[in-house]
Amino acid sequence: MIVRVKLFAVAKQAAGVDSIEIEVPEQATVADVRRALVAAVPALSPAAKFLLFAVDAEYAGDQMVVTPKSEIACIPPVSGG
Amino acid sequence: MSRLTREPIDTQELLRRVTVPAAGAVVLFLGTVRELTAGRRTVALDYEGYPEMAERKLDELDAEARRRWPLCEVALVHRLGHLELAEASVAVAVSSPHRAAAFEAGRWLIDTLKETVPVWKQEHWADGTTEWVHPGLNGDVNADCGLRNAEPGAGGPLP
Repeated sequence: MIVRVKLFAVAKQAAGVDSIEIEVPEQATVADVRRALVAAVPALSPAAKFLLFAVDAEYAGDQMVVTPKSEIACIPPVSGG
Repeated sequence: MSRLTREPIDTQELLRRVTVPAAGAVVLFLGTVRELTAGRRTVALDYEGYPEMAERKLDELDAEARRRWPLCEVALVHRLGHLELAEASVAVAVSSPHRAAAFEAGRWLIDTLKETVPVWKQEHWADGTTEWVHPGLNGDVNADCGLRNAEPGAGGPLP
């Protein structure tokens, strides 16, 4: 299935777009999304373990299952304030 | 009250909002654009956020602070967009009947905001380079990713 991932900051810069469609297995988890994102944007691979994800605007653990309707966002380490 | 804004933060409006008769203490914290970070000179910052989630997280911080301390009012504002030196990027205003709770809650709010709210700053260094700031994602990783917009010959260790 295809999911869309919102990208911010260094992830957006690395991909050159503010969201990206990636293919993941049915019943994919956040961990699968991370792997697929890094495969699609190899420049992010050194940062992979630092990337958190949000599903429907809430932080999501690696085991959370996503669907094509999920609003998925890649959250690099935050630096507000 | 919590919100994101692309306009300069109106601190007087925030103080008016939290200064209520039940309060005996008002604390206002501002985070401002600092010129020097570990010896490197900043000329400006750009802030980007994930607005839907950031506003939700700010609301959660407001609610959690009220659970932890006897607060009267809470106001949280984070600015997005381009900021010049000394401009305020974030404001935390809290009021409580007595000062201890106001100071403690204000400190907790800004510390937790910086750890959890999906907002990012991009440094505009004086040498002409720009760089997204990602705590824990060190300079070597940034360089490995090819993510540093260095001009030829520019660069050097990160703070």
